[in-house]
Order: sequence, then C-alpha cells, then structure tokens
Amino acid sequence: MIVATQTATKGANVELLLVQALSGLASAASLFLVASGLSIIFGVTRIVNFAHGAFYMLGAYMAYTLTSRFAGPLGFWGGLVVASLIVAALGALMEMVLLRRIYQAPELFQLLATFGVTLMVQDLVVLIWGPDDLMGPRAPGFTGAFELFGRRIPSYDALLIVLGPLVLGLLWLLFHRTRWGVLVRAATQDRDMVACLGVNQKWLFTSVFALGVFLAALGGALQIPRTTVTHAMDLSIIVEVFVVVVIGGLGSVTGAFFAAVLVSELNALGILVLPKISLIAVFLVMAVVLVVRPFGLLGKPERAPRAAAGLSFRPWKPMTQIERIGVALIVAMAALLPLFAGDYTLSVGSEILVFVLFASSLHFMMTVGGLASFGHAAYFGLGAYGAAFAVKFLGAPMGVALLIGPLFGMLGAIVSGWFCVRLTGVYFAMLTLAFAQIIWSVTFQWVEVTGGDNGLLGIWPARWASSPQGFFWLTLGIAVVGVALLRMLVFSPFGFGLRAARDSTLRADAIGINRKSVQWAAFVVSGTFAGLAGALFAFLKGSVFPDSLAIPISVDGLVMVLLGGIETVSGAVVGAIVYKALAIWLMSQTDLSKLILGAIIVLLVVASPKGIVGFIEHIRHRRPRTPTGADVPDSLGINMKAAE
Amino acid sequence: MKYVAGLALSALLIASGAAHAQQGEIKVGEINSYSALPAFTEPYRKGMELALKQINDAGGIKGKKLVVITKDDGGKPGDAVTAANELVSRDGVVLIAGGFLSNIGLALSDFAKQKEILYIAAEPLTDAIVWSKGNDYTFRLRPSNYMQASMLAEEAAKLPAKKWATIAPNYEFGQSFVAVFKELLTKKRPDVEFVAEQWPPLGKIDAGPVLQAIDAAKPDAILNATFAGDLVKLVREGNTRGVFQNRSVVSYLTGEPEYLDPLKDETPEGWIVTGYPWYGIKTPEHQAFLDAYQAAYKDYPRLGSVVGYSTVKSIAAVLNATDDHSTAGLVKAMKGLKVDTPFGPIVYRAADHQSTLGAYVGKTAKKDGKGVMVDFAFKKGADYLPSEADAAKLRPAN
Repeated sequence: MIVATQTATKGANVELLLVQALSGLASAASLFLVASGLSIIFGVTRIVNFAHGAFYMLGAYMAYTLTSRFAGPLGFWGGLVVASLIVAALGALMEMVLLRRIYQAPELFQLLATFGVTLMVQDLVVLIWGPDDLMGPRAPGFTGAFELFGRRIPSYDALLIVLGPLVLGLLWLLFHRTRWGVLVRAATQDRDMVACLGVNQKWLFTSVFALGVFLAALGGALQIPRTTVTHAMDLSIIVEVFVVVVIGGLGSVTGAFFAAVLVSELNALGILVLPKISLIAVFLVMAVVLVVRPFGLLGKPERAPRAAAGLSFRPWKPMTQIERIGVALIVAMAALLPLFAGDYTLSVGSEILVFVLFASSLHFMMTVGGLASFGHAAYFGLGAYGAAFAVKFLGAPMGVALLIGPLFGMLGAIVSGWFCVRLTGVYFAMLTLAFAQIIWSVTFQWVEVTGGDNGLLGIWPARWASSPQGFFWLTLGIAVVGVALLRMLVFSPFGFGLRAARDSTLRADAIGINRKSVQWAAFVVSGTFAGLAGALFAFLKGSVFPDSLAIPISVDGLVMVLLGGIETVSGAVVGAIVYKALAIWLMSQTDLSKLILGAIIVLLVVASPKGIVGFIEHIRHRRPRTPTGADVPDSLGINMKAAE
Repeated sequence: MKYVAGLALSALLIASGAAHAQQGEIKVGEINSYSALPAFTEPYRKGMELALKQINDAGGIKGKKLVVITKDDGGKPGDAVTAANELVSRDGVVLIAGGFLSNIGLALSDFAKQKEILYIAAEPLTDAIVWSKGNDYTFRLRPSNYMQASMLAEEAAKLPAKKWATIAPNYEFGQSFVAVFKELLTKKRPDVEFVAEQWPPLGKIDAGPVLQAIDAAKPDAILNATFAGDLVKLVREGNTRGVFQNRSVVSYLTGEPEYLDPLKDETPEGWIVTGYPWYGIKTPEHQAFLDAYQAAYKDYPRLGSVVGYSTVKSIAAVLNATDDHSTAGLVKAMKGLKVDTPFGPIVYRAADHQSTLGAYVGKTAKKDGKGVMVDFAFKKGADYLPSEADAAKLRPAN
C-alpha cells in the first residue's frame, strides 16, 4: 500500500517535472528571441547594445497600440509584425544617425551612446503612452489551454515553444543560404577582411542592426498576451539577455538558444526545490559556465582586435610642473569651498567626490589594465557594507570603519578577480557582472545580517566629520590622495607592466610579465579603492542598501569613465564630476531627468567620441608646442625616472 | 502628455521660486519616486495638489500660504537622501513627507532622525519604519503590512481552507507580509498548514513555473502578495491553467485601482483583497473628495490619490495644531494628531507614530469587462493594531 502511494507520488513527480520543463521552454523562447538579436548585433558590429531592452519595450508598446486598435486575428498577428517592423526601422535610424559616427571610437564607447538612448526611451514611453500599466489583448486562437497529465498548459506557451526553434531555424537558413547571411558570417569572423573585399560595410551593419532590433521588438510584442506593458520592461530583461548571450557565446545564435533553454529550465525546475532561486539563477549559471568554458557554450576565443590600442593614443606622460600647479590650485580652490558654500552644495560636492574616487578606481582597471568591468559596484557596495558592519557589529568609530570598508572591497576583488582575470574582453566584463550580482543577491537575501533590502541604518559620521564642511574636507582629502595614488601607479613599474600586458599579451609574456598576476593585482587595487569610495558613501548617506552594489551603480561608473575619455590617464575624474553633477541637478529640477540626461549623453558622444578629456587633449595636441621628435624622448626620460 | 509636461514645468517653477522665499509662506518638502513609479505617483501627486489647492483657497495655514516642494528620488534610497538634504539644507522646509518604497522610507526616516526633522512617511508599508526601526521623528500614514495582513488573516480564518500556499515578491515587503499573515492566521486557526511557497523576484515573475509549483502542492487556498506587472502575469497564467479554480485566493493590495484596473476582463472573481472601491464608497467625506477630484482632473482617483491628499491634509493639520514650527514643536503636535481624510478621521498614535487610517477589504468581481470590488467593508485601522502599550514595546528605546 505504502509502496503503491510512493510510486504514484513518483509518477506525479515525473509528470510535474515534465510539465514544468515545458513551461521553462516557453520562457526560453521569449528570452531567446531577444537574446538572438543582441548576439547578432554584437557578432557583427561589436556593439554592446545597451538599448536592446529599450527596443524590446518599444516593441511591446507599439504592439499594444496596434493590437488594441485593430481587432481580430489579422489585426493581432499583423499588429505584432508591423510593430516589430516599425521598431526595427527606428533601430536602423539610430544606427545610421548615431552609431555610424562612432564606430571608430574606442571599444565600449558605443555602449555609452546606447545607454543614453535607453535613458531617453524610459521617459519617452511614459510621455507618449502614459504612466499606467497597459494590458494588451490575448492572442486570438491561443487563449485556452490543453491538458497534459491532468495539468493545463496554455496553448500560447505551446506556440512559443514552437516559435523558438522555428526562429532559430529561419535564422540558420538566413545565415547559411543567402548571400547576405554569408556576408554577415564573414563579418562576424573578420570584418576588416570583409571590408577589404569591397563589401559595403555601412549597409551590412545597418541591416544587421535592424534585424537584431526586429527580433528584440518581436520578443517584446509577443509578451503582450502574457503581461502588462510598462516603462520598466527594458530593465527587467536587458541584463538577463546579456547573460544569455554570454553563456551561449558572443555572436553565436545557436549558443544563445541553448543558453536560453538552460537558464529557463534551471529556473523552472530550480524553484521546485529552492523557491528563492530565481533571483540569482541566471548569474550562477553564467559564473559556472564562464569559469568552465571561458568563451561561453558555443563561442570561439576572441581574436585580438586588429587595430592595436597603441595606435590610437598618444603615449601617456606624467603631468608637467605647470599642470601639477594647475591641479594643486584646483584642489586648493575646492578646499576653500566650505568657507562660502551652503550645506547642500557641500553634501552634493562630497557625493561627487565619492564618485570621482569610484570612477577613478574603475578607470584604472579599464584604461591602464584594459579590463572593462560591468560589476564594479560590487566592490563599492562591499566597501559600504564593510563600513556599516564595522559600525553596527563592532561599534567601530568612523576611522576604523573607513579602513574596514576598503578591506571588504579588497577581499571581494581578490576572490572574484582570481576567476575573472582568466578571461578577457566582454567575457571578463560579464564575469565581473555575474560576481557582482551574486554578491548583490546574497546581500539582498541574507536579511539577518544585511537587513535585506531594508538595509542598515544609522551609519553616520563621527562628530568631527558630521558637519557638511567637515565631511567635505574628509572626502576631498581621501579622494585627492586616492586619485593621486592611482596616478602614481600608472607611471610605476607595475603600471608599465600592466600596460604592456594590455597592449600585447604575447610580447609582455616574452619579457617576463605574467599577464594574469599583473591584472589580478590591478583588479585588487581597483576593488580596494572602490571599497574606500563605498565606505565614504555609507557615511555620506547614513545608511546602506543593496542597491549600492547593484547594476545601476556599475553602469554609472562605466558612463563616468567613458564620458571622461577611456584613453586618458585621469579622464574619469572629469567624467564623474560632469555626470554626477548633471544627474543630481537634473533630478532636483525635473522629473524628466532621464530624458534630458540621456539626450546630453548622446550629444556628448557624437560631439566628442574620445570623451570629454580625450577631446580636450585632442585639441591641445593639434598645435604641437614642441617638435614631436624632441617630445618623445623627453617623455620617456620622465617615465624612466618615475620607473626608478 | 501635456499634463506631464505642465507638471514638469510647474515643478521647475516651484523649485526656482523657492530660492527667494517669501514671508507669507510655509514650505514643506516632499519626495517620491515620480520617474520610477509613475503609475502610482501620478495619481498621488494629483491628490496632493488637490489638497494643497483646497487648503490655500481656504486661507492657507493661519493666513500663510502652504508650499509643497516635490522632489524625485528615482526609486533609489541614496538619491532620496540627497533630495531630502536639498529640501532641508537649501530650501529650508519645516518638515519632509512622502516615500513609496519601504527602503526609501527607512532611509528618509534615518535621515530625519540624524538631521532632527519631522518626516511623515506617506506610503511605505514596512512595519519596521514605526516599530523595530522607529524613531521620534518619523510618522507613517498608510495602514502597514501588519495591519493589512491582520485584516486579511481575519477573513482568511473564516474560510474552510486548511492547506495554504503563498506567492510573494522576494524582498522585505513580501517576506514580512507573508510572515505576519502566517503568524496571525495560525493563531486564529491552529489547524492550518502552509504547504508551499514561491518567491519570484520583483518584476520578473516566471508565472507559469511558479503557478505549476504551487498547484503541485494542491493547496486549498493561495495567499498572493505580488502586484503590478507580476500580478497581471500571475492572473493571466493562472486563469489559463485553471490554478485558481475551486481555490480561495487572498490577495494583498489587488483591489487598489492601480493594480486591479489593468486586469480588465481577466479579473479573477471572488478573491479576497484589500483595496479602494472608489465607485462604491458612500460616506459624505469620501463623496466630497471624489467630486472635487473628478471636477479637477476629469479622472477617477486611485488609492495613491487618497494617500497624497491625506498626506497634505496631515501636513496642514500639524502646522495648524501648533505655532511652534520647530521640529520639536511639530513632533509634539504630531503625537495624537487628528486628521480628517477621505476615509474618515484618523489619529497619529503617540506611542508608535502609526496613523489609524484603515483599508477596505472585499471581494473581486467583474463588471462590464472591468475589475471591481464587491461586498466590501471598511476596516478601521485602530482595530488591527496592537494596543499602544504593546506597540511601544516594539520600538527601540531612544
């Protein structure tokens, strides 16, 4: 009797697993559609298209409008396709007007442009479609369910399950059976060679971009029978889609498909055992996959970009005496600020300085180390939590907490850095993101220690620094010393080794520089300074929340670095000041801060593709003050001195 | 669209006008997630503006004009603190109010404590803000997680259901709501057991697998605390899969127009919910509010409108209650302050700083292809709070 019940339960369990797996496949299909578009775009244009989520959302909004207006099966399915086509046209327009101007800009700079567009779209959809959540119609013919093992499965799920492989098949045919597809594959492998063979790259890129955006919009449009359309849809999908693309292997559509299935199935089956797993499932998968297979499931090792970094920038030089005096004057002027500025200005000034330090730490890793991190907030947040723990659990004074914070950042960087530096390029960036998200979710879930999303309160500065003036001076002192130390590192032997490893791994190897250990050290240095910034941030705000180590902070850091100029020594300082001051001022002035900030970023990107500081340096060096011949040895001489 | 642009413009004007303050003005600050959560904060803002207009048309605060300076927090606690700092340090407001998300409410309450300024939390639902992390300077308007859980548990206890399953978003709001509901229901019904739980991430529910997992545990009843887009996904998927058939569902916040209206003709029938049936409330104070609101905006109020309206009414009440507009004076006046709201008179309890604003509990139904609440009753907030003596013990000594 007991045995019989057990077998029955087992049977029921197997059935449940099967049905659950089917649901997972349906989720995988929508994820795959969006991810495949991103993968295609990246494969050919090498653009990390942050706006992909925005196009997904626009697809849903557009489809909502069309399907609400035109009823019936034709209206619905026609509406979906037409909506996706309209959005694809918008995407092509963005590529032509915006991205075409900046293909020659440093790697990742396009990310800044697409980020600006994303910000704008978030506010625009609210302006156009209103703030309410919108619910579109169900799909005609697919409103019901069919039964399997006594459990009902929506027929729309079945449609999606079929649609996923169908799109995969169509894309395969497109890439393998058409001339256009052959060109795209060729460009994915070696776009310079394709250009040399006389293929018009411009239109190839535009068409690929339009196709990718079409798939994103279709993915969004297909969501309207399942959920509401809101202005936050883009954020809910963009990160996951990136993760899927990376797990699958950049540029590999089939890989994206398998990755989407893997992620969705793990989630669908995982929640049966661990109901809280969803928060972290995709990032765990990504971390494991990238550690085991550094280029994703079906990805190929990235070739070194043909245009070597060394060609595009002027050799860095330490500051001349006059420049040093100039900087000292600016710092002195900042130090005088508390004598006449109000409390609010000072606390905003402190916040900007915190982000100057944070952006500089990321800048060090990105420009000197050539390692772009998408998860730098992790070390910022660890620093903030470290400081908060010191105050809450040890009752430590602020001075001690400001040491424990960076220590946390350093420890986090030591652990995740060891894994991350095995990878390069975008894979490296994504693994840092995975670690950041894992740390974030631990913070978020571990309510007993971290307070969960309700955070830790009461982390206020010691009495001597509690006045806005005092805290400003403290932050200014730490930020100036921090930035100066990072700058000194750039021109130290360690900095030279790091730059060597960045510019040519092979040659660096040949002269005895171990790329991994040098980069690991840079990672740790960077994480420590980020932690210091985070600890200051905790005392500035008086509280710590998990969002201090969430993606938006990482993105802010990236934007600051890119805005300042990635090929400069200290561009991040300027980038951080401009971006943070603008963001705070706009937020205080208007509810449409994202729209305006996004527009400003897009304009800046187009106006100065080398970043603000890069742009200034470019102008300065157009009129050579000394003959170039004399200039180079001189700078080398100084460098040698610094190296000694 | 025009309206939003106009609002932005007026916000600009207010902000720039604030720089040169006038004698006959009392300035208060307000912070909310205007850009991050417009579905809730737009009606909230309209409610606020309506109350503000009524107050100033009736002569303001003892002849002085009440000015509310609003700031956006972008949905981030750090930015909320920056905004609060600006309001307090630069604009010189006498008190701050607002907040939607619980963590932002907590960040602001801690800021209020540090800077010694009164903070009236409008919307945050977390119990911590008045209890475990309560402080002298923070008062909260809306009925808390605990109060609404208690109202729903009372109804849930009347159901025959014994096996319960829970679905709630995976963050403090969902976690503490489920915990309180479990505790209160088990107290009333020791025979009840909880057989399954699901914790989808906020805004990212994978509704099919979640419901399948719930269904597999064969519960008699389901407790839901998801809302907004997650709720719509859950309802659509559940309707198609028949997961809600022959099961009782108790659902938190679902009767609020913000969350009920998007469900349209897919509204499930017979769910026990908390919410705001603006179309069916017949009290004179609500009727007056409804008429004024509809006349001003040609739109019906959402729950956010009531919260915004009552927040400004509370601000006016406390400013009228005392001539001492220092923080100490205002905090003293807040304790036991009586305010008239569209839901009737409320009191800010002196012991735990929680207002006694109540909520409507009823059942969902479909009417003309739209979701409505039926068989609803108003639950007085005071009846669902621990006694003031007990509540005071929940607060840290400070």
